[in-house]
Amino acid sequence: MHLLVCGGTGCRASASDAIVGKLQKELDEKNLQDEVQVVMTGCFGFCEKGPIVKVLPDNTFYVQVTPDNAKEIIEEHVIKGRKVEHLLYKDPTTKKEISDSKHMGFYKKQLRIALRNCGVINPENIDEAIARDAYSALAKVLGEMTPEQAIQEMIDSGLRGRGGGGFPTGLKWKIALSNKADQKYVVCNADEGDPGAFMDRSILEGDPHSVIEAMAINGYCIGATKGLVYIRAEYPLAIERLKTAIKQAREYGLLGKNILGTGFDFDIELRYGAGAFVCGEETALIHSMEGERGEPTFKPPFPAESGYLGKPTNVNNVETYANIPVIYLKGANWFNKIGTDKSKGTKVFALAGKINNVGLIEVPMGTTLREVIYEIGGGIKDGKKFKAVQTGGPSGGCLTEKHLDTPIDYDNLIASGSMMGSGGMIVMDEDDCMVSIARFYLEFTVEESCGKCSPCRIGNKRLHEQLDVICKGKGTKDDLEKLKNLSLVIKDTSLCGLGQTSPNPVLSTLDNFYHEYIEHVHDKKCRAGVCKDLMKYLIDNEHCVGCTACARVCPVGAIAGERKGPHTIDQTICIKCGACMEKCKFNAISVQ
Amino acid sequence: MVQVKSLADLQNLKASLQNKLELREKGEKADSLVQIKVAMATCGIASGAKKIMEYFMNELEKRSIGAVVTQTGCMGYCYAEPTVEVKLPNQEPVVFGYVDLKKVDEIIEKYIKNGELVNGIIPVNYETIDDNNK
Ligand SMILES: Cc1cc2nc3c(=O)[nH]c(=O)nc-3n(C[C@H](O)[C@H](O)[C@H](O)COP(=O)(O)O)c2cc1C
Ligand code: SF4
Ligand code: SF4
Ligand code: FES
Repeated sequence: MHLLVCGGTGCRASASDAIVGKLQKELDEKNLQDEVQVVMTGCFGFCEKGPIVKVLPDNTFYVQVTPDNAKEIIEEHVIKGRKVEHLLYKDPTTKKEISDSKHMGFYKKQLRIALRNCGVINPENIDEAIARDAYSALAKVLGEMTPEQAIQEMIDSGLRGRGGGGFPTGLKWKIALSNKADQKYVVCNADEGDPGAFMDRSILEGDPHSVIEAMAINGYCIGATKGLVYIRAEYPLAIERLKTAIKQAREYGLLGKNILGTGFDFDIELRYGAGAFVCGEETALIHSMEGERGEPTFKPPFPAESGYLGKPTNVNNVETYANIPVIYLKGANWFNKIGTDKSKGTKVFALAGKINNVGLIEVPMGTTLREVIYEIGGGIKDGKKFKAVQTGGPSGGCLTEKHLDTPIDYDNLIASGSMMGSGGMIVMDEDDCMVSIARFYLEFTVEESCGKCSPCRIGNKRLHEQLDVICKGKGTKDDLEKLKNLSLVIKDTSLCGLGQTSPNPVLSTLDNFYHEYIEHVHDKKCRAGVCKDLMKYLIDNEHCVGCTACARVCPVGAIAGERKGPHTIDQTICIKCGACMEKCKFNAISVQ
Repeated sequence: MVQVKSLADLQNLKASLQNKLELREKGEKADSLVQIKVAMATCGIASGAKKIMEYFMNELEKRSIGAVVTQTGCMGYCYAEPTVEVKLPNQEPVVFGYVDLKKVDEIIEKYIKNGELVNGIIPVNYETIDDNNK
């Protein structure tokens, strides 16, 4: 028998260590230590009801256990085999106790479709992929469906692009099919430029065959025989695995001429990108593949009419592709029952920032931010207070407390002033300054703007300067108005999606954290203590004993005072390094 | 290498591969074969998964334990890398997080040899498409 005690950060904060100790002690006293083992685990994703204790092999799931319950668990459950009823989880709707975690349907918040094989198969062995259904969908489509039927299935599934825009995939294919040409192309967008997002990389590293298979299906549907994967060169492992997978698929005849004896030809080549954010934009991506500068061009014409080498080209994202084989195997009507009204299926998110369980998660559309952050993510690090969550990367915005119960889907995120983007999700706590966050994203945009059009090239630069002025404490209230106006102009007049969305981090923080901006320009204060120029180091005369330790450590000689007399800091010289505060043994130095 | 030339070929191949995997799990050597998967995506490798995998291979051989050690992709628990899944014969797989060389020793000595779980298990917190057949 095993007693699993959650040792995740949440449960540990409510004394799960002590529970382990108590359980062990009880077992020792009853001489059961050889039959029953107490083991600490990682987070169960149920932190709200922690600490959790799970009993194996019967899967009993105890919630909100205290160290005092240890005795009861041992005497009742372990010795007499009776469950401790009052520690069982009660279903909130039926008010019934659920004892076996296998029946706690809601407990499993995650559903893995795109990530179905990641962490399950060996990505360098095509046999393992085939044993888990790889290429069965391709066989089904080639053998049983016309391109029109297969496209209809895609439309019925409701799948929307996972690369950011959320365009219906089936519809995109239909347009590409309707454009006649002697050669068409299928392109997989594996540029993944959002800082903090790495789901595409993980899919390519963990399950490359799902992407290859889906591209072949895509080719059959629109009448293309050539596929290209545009992947950034700084993903060497993903490139290696993809190459291996393509080679193995060719050896099996699953890529190449006359696939599965159906007369359909399809093959895939790789194209490398140098890691510019703008090259993720589909027109820029196509130019980059053609050997031109990676600059966007005006749409229309859309790639589906005139793309790579002027031919009809269908561009889809890695995660979009990873969903596709399952849709054909399980049917559009299976897929479109998952998710919300207008956003079907699941979305993969890269959880990062001030959250306990940093990692890759996949949840059905319609899951709330609260569920993601507190139940899957394990809550905020170090028990701090949640402040905001950034979605959509440099094109997205910051959502706050009031959005926590909004179901996540394409339309709700846009209505809340952010967007889905590729699925980066960065959690922020009370120590993050929202003005600095906006400045951080603008810094990224200024760096990544291709410079082709002036609103984006010059406008973002000015936005960044303005934010910098505010962070340095030299901003005025008028500046906030200017920030907003400039943002709106950049959005309206930029050529491509980069410029059209780059002011979003500014606008959404202005909307949701206006008080922080006001504090910066009016009170000259940064509540998070991030903006150095707004901080002041002060020595408290009552506590200062005149030991001179601070004056000796100050790198710029900003501290004056007699030995044994009170010291003072000259604010005009101080560079706010904080060294003096660290050195003072009498807690006489504080920061404001 | 065999070429898969038709739908029937693919189905046959799939069936035989599934058989093979099943044999590995339930076949004649089922009492002795342990299966170990090391998560080897960029995140895992960056936290030292390669070393863990080598160590597993060497140590299992040294201690004469019949096992298959393979690599796999990211399991999603990046906060707890390196992560390793261990499947004992006829049992549900168990994932261990924060695995270092010492942990490998513990896993081999306690879990693999005696079936005693050790600290650091990561509970499965997701549903797979096979569970979701509504
Ligand atoms: C500035 C910018 C960057 C983009 N970066 C990416 C990217 O890294 N990966 C991606 O798949 N799509 C990216 N996109 C979206 C693509 O232009 C395109 O819409 C997408 O690849 C289409 O695939 P989907 O319909 O499957 O999402 C970006 C768009 C813009 C405007
Ligand atoms: S909006 Fe920015 S990135 Fe896009 S074309 Fe204009 S300058 Fe280039
Ligand atoms: S914060 Fe740094 S620069 Fe300022 S007084 Fe202290 S030691 Fe000197
Ligand atoms: S369930 Fe214990 S920390 Fe999350």
